[in-house]
Amino acid sequence: MRLSDLAPAQLRARCHGGGLRFRTGEFSICLQTRLTSVIDAVALLYAQFPLLDDDAYIDFPIVLERPRNVRRWWRPQVRFLVDGHAPFQPLPLDQAYPMFEWGLNWCVSAHAHGYLMIHAAVVEKNGRAAILPAPPGSGKSTLCAALVARGWRLLSDELTLVRVSDRALVALARPISLKNQSIALIRQFQPGVVASRPVFETQKGTLAHVRPPSASVANAGQTCRAAWIVFPRYEAGAPVRLAPLTRARAFMRVADNCFNYSLLGARGFDVLGELVDAAHCYDFSYSTLDAAVGAIEQLAQAQP
Amino acid sequence: MIAPPLLLRALREPQSLRAYSLAHWELLVRQARRANLLASLHETILAQGLQDVVPAAALRHAEWARTLADKHAEAVRWEVQLIGQALAATGVTVTLLKGAAYVLAGLPPARGRLFADVDILVAKSELARVEAALMLHGWMSTHHDAYDQRYYRRWMHELPPMRHARRMTVIDVHHAILPETARLRPSSDKLRAAAVTLAGDAPLRVLAPVDMLLHSATHLFHEAELEQGLRDLVDLDRLLRHFGGDSAFWPALAARAQELDLQRPLFYALRYCVMLLGTPVPSAVQQGAGAPHAVLLALMDALYLRALLPAHASCTDAYTACARALLYLRATWLRMPPLLLVRHLLHKALLSRRAD
Repeated sequence: MRLSDLAPAQLRARCHGGGLRFRTGEFSICLQTRLTSVIDAVALLYAQFPLLDDDAYIDFPIVLERPRNVRRWWRPQVRFLVDGHAPFQPLPLDQAYPMFEWGLNWCVSAHAHGYLMIHAAVVEKNGRAAILPAPPGSGKSTLCAALVARGWRLLSDELTLVRVSDRALVALARPISLKNQSIALIRQFQPGVVASRPVFETQKGTLAHVRPPSASVANAGQTCRAAWIVFPRYEAGAPVRLAPLTRARAFMRVADNCFNYSLLGARGFDVLGELVDAAHCYDFSYSTLDAAVGAIEQLAQAQP
Repeated sequence: MIAPPLLLRALREPQSLRAYSLAHWELLVRQARRANLLASLHETILAQGLQDVVPAAALRHAEWARTLADKHAEAVRWEVQLIGQALAATGVTVTLLKGAAYVLAGLPPARGRLFADVDILVAKSELARVEAALMLHGWMSTHHDAYDQRYYRRWMHELPPMRHARRMTVIDVHHAILPETARLRPSSDKLRAAAVTLAGDAPLRVLAPVDMLLHSATHLFHEAELEQGLRDLVDLDRLLRHFGGDSAFWPALAARAQELDLQRPLFYALRYCVMLLGTPVPSAVQQGAGAPHAVLLALMDALYLRALLPAHASCTDAYTACARALLYLRATWLRMPPLLLVRHLLHKALLSRRAD
């Protein structure tokens, strides 16, 4: 069963009661909340995600709620709890859904040390994946959304997970987060794209989330291997340019973008080494999405 | 009253883990994570050869926690090496305390333990030289408020914590195991004099086994915040099981507790180790000196048997928050005379807050 198989009242009842239990990639979530904004966004964006039975093991039991204090009435807030523990300060109530997404990212990145975790988008075509690591603001999520709109399978727009035991890339297939101008850009690039209501004035600016394609969600269990590591950089007015990178440089730059590279010690070094060895690595600058997607597609055709 | 937490049963009778259902494991992992004992649980799983019995969904959480704990242990070894280098030129004898000592001495509590900082003990007369040497090598004081600096230096048993500017690691430099203002004043000279050298790391020492146990007990039963109390009790349990095999250990422990005026903390440590973790303690030692009178003991049981449980919803009853709050007051009371305490709290509430 998937989330969309639940009637709105059933979905709401689960969120209000024992929790909405579903799976994202290799992680199981139980979400309890009475906040309509969160329930609506989850119903919209997670529609294709598989539901879990009541007796399934839950990795992260999550609660989003309004703190019981004076802030109930005055500038209301929301807090994120995982198993009763609040890893963050509360945020303005309007940011409840982004907080769910950030909190879920935190759950994975703070615990799941069976994976080398790279702050990078990752998409796949014909069994071969492109990893797009980059600091915030480089356009990695926007480029990721554009590639996914053109038929690439979404693994993640934020967290590239390389399983330590077999070096496979593992998908999460969760919604893609878009910031500020990217929201209009993607709406223009992909008319009819399904996205959540924009939330203004978050710590990252205006934020909206794009629904992952059904096929990406349905195939989230399929692992793949990295064929390309591409460091994107949006540069106004710049022509599309793919500049090959030496593997040594690429290694250091990916390591800089990892959450747990040093925590994994020698294993982190080995996993990252094998990942980079098996991939073609590029610096990539672009100014229009059409040209950028075209260049990546060309790369995929030229290096079958 | 609360049902005995699964985590306690797992620690007392690891073989009982064989019978756990998937739902048991889910709850056990959560209790253990909240108590900072998930990586220790992994150690137990390995030691009991239960890898193939534990459901994969639960085992991987324990493995993830263990990966982090192994990194902590490695980082502590590296940090201790750098501390040793930084202090080598001073010629000061450095005694490692608590976690760092367990790791460097290869003691059982080290396995799967997480670390927030490294604690060392030096002679009070050497404090200035140690602080200067650490500053020269990149450690900086973390409390910049003049009042906080004075608070630590006049009344506490340690310098304000120092953080390394590049590695962000924290070292606590102690000259005693309890504050200058505390009711109990165990002699630091005696502790340092009995400290033993570590093979290979010549300038570094760790406390003698009985002192290590007494320090850990004193620390836990003067601790104000007990959310992680069970982890500290597990340290004590593992030390007692390890050292207790030597029959000379127990009389030496009792005698040393008397000599250092630490019979009360030792009494509590043994009592709650036995009650919560089933630690094997000879009954003569258990009923030794240090017991409070019956009414106080009943109160302490009611408080500690709640506060020492994992800080997880499944291990909490209506009185848990109150028990932790009362023990917070008790710890503060033991660490400072009342007037000084009032002065300190007023300063914190009125002046320090305004400065923020």
